[in-house]
Amino acid sequence: MASPLEQFEVHTLAPIQIGGINASFTNASFYMALAVVAVTAFLVLGMRKAALVPGRWQSMAEILYDFVGGMIRDNAGHDARPFFPFVFTLFMFILFANLIGLIPGAFAVTSHIVVTFALAAVVFLGVTLVALAKHGVKFFSYFLPPDTPLYMAPLLVPIEVISYLARPVTLALRLFANMMAGHTMLHVFAGFVILLGVFGIAPLAVIVALYVLELLVALLQAYVFAILTCLYLHDALHLH
Amino acid sequence: MDERKPPSLEDLDARLRAVQERVDSRANGGKKDNGQPMSGLGLAFRVGIELVSALAVGVGIGWLLDRWLGTKPWLMVVFFFLGSAAGVLNVWRAMSGIGPGPGYRPVVEKDDETDGH
Repeated sequence: MASPLEQFEVHTLAPIQIGGINASFTNASFYMALAVVAVTAFLVLGMRKAALVPGRWQSMAEILYDFVGGMIRDNAGHDARPFFPFVFTLFMFILFANLIGLIPGAFAVTSHIVVTFALAAVVFLGVTLVALAKHGVKFFSYFLPPDTPLYMAPLLVPIEVISYLARPVTLALRLFANMMAGHTMLHVFAGFVILLGVFGIAPLAVIVALYVLELLVALLQAYVFAILTCLYLHDALHLH
Repeated sequence: MDERKPPSLEDLDARLRAVQERVDSRANGGKKDNGQPMSGLGLAFRVGIELVSALAVGVGIGWLLDRWLGTKPWLMVVFFFLGSAAGVLNVWRAMSGIGPGPGYRPVVEKDDETDGH
């Protein structure tokens, strides 16, 4: 029987070599491109009519837009509004990558730590650069919690720095672990269905339930990624 | 396809405002900081990941510094403990809902407001 981890294998679709670097177009690239195209199509086609009283499709597009807008306003504050396009793109990309990955037979891009870590690293570097640009050297005072006695600084500063550097790792690991665990679990139960023959109906019922849970996880993880980006942005803009 | 007369814009406006108010009051009433509905499994995942990632970063920094300074294995040992402390701190911050900023107490709201405007 196929291993439950086989679904995560990356296959080359079109080999490309650029100066000795393997930049092949793989199934991962394909599904990432698909997610981008799907998001664009969803939003552009949904807003094609831009009716005053929105139809169903336009409503969905507007609700998502509103949702991310509200999230930024509530969690990052008003001065974070210039970052709306970034957070919205991030949210939509992860959401669509998660959802497309749930289509049976599709490849879940977000179940690869390379992908999630790349996203998290962009967030981390971006947020740090924003903080440095806004506050300059004062940014480094961030690593000393307010009202700390000075003799505690040698202990607390390294801890705060590690805690800060752990952010992208946490962000990447959470999305990756959730997606990978979910997809592996689905595959394991799918294997049971075949093994048990007629009695496979029981694991089949479990799969249905798990699938709903995975839909929830797909939405939730996109949300969590976006909201943590907002919270980090808030920190970068306001420093305590 | 729709026989009914479309509702007037004023009516729609009023209804939208009512919904918005309801949402606002709910958002302010229910305390949510990280805004994450927590199931048992989600909680376990979250705590585990916070702990492990801070620890990994700590050990990683220690290992790199050791390689650079040739002090094997002492800095890694030191940073192992610092990493664990950072992990526990991150879990504490996540669970008490004070946000990811430094320190272990909620930030006084007033500071935040004056800073922001």
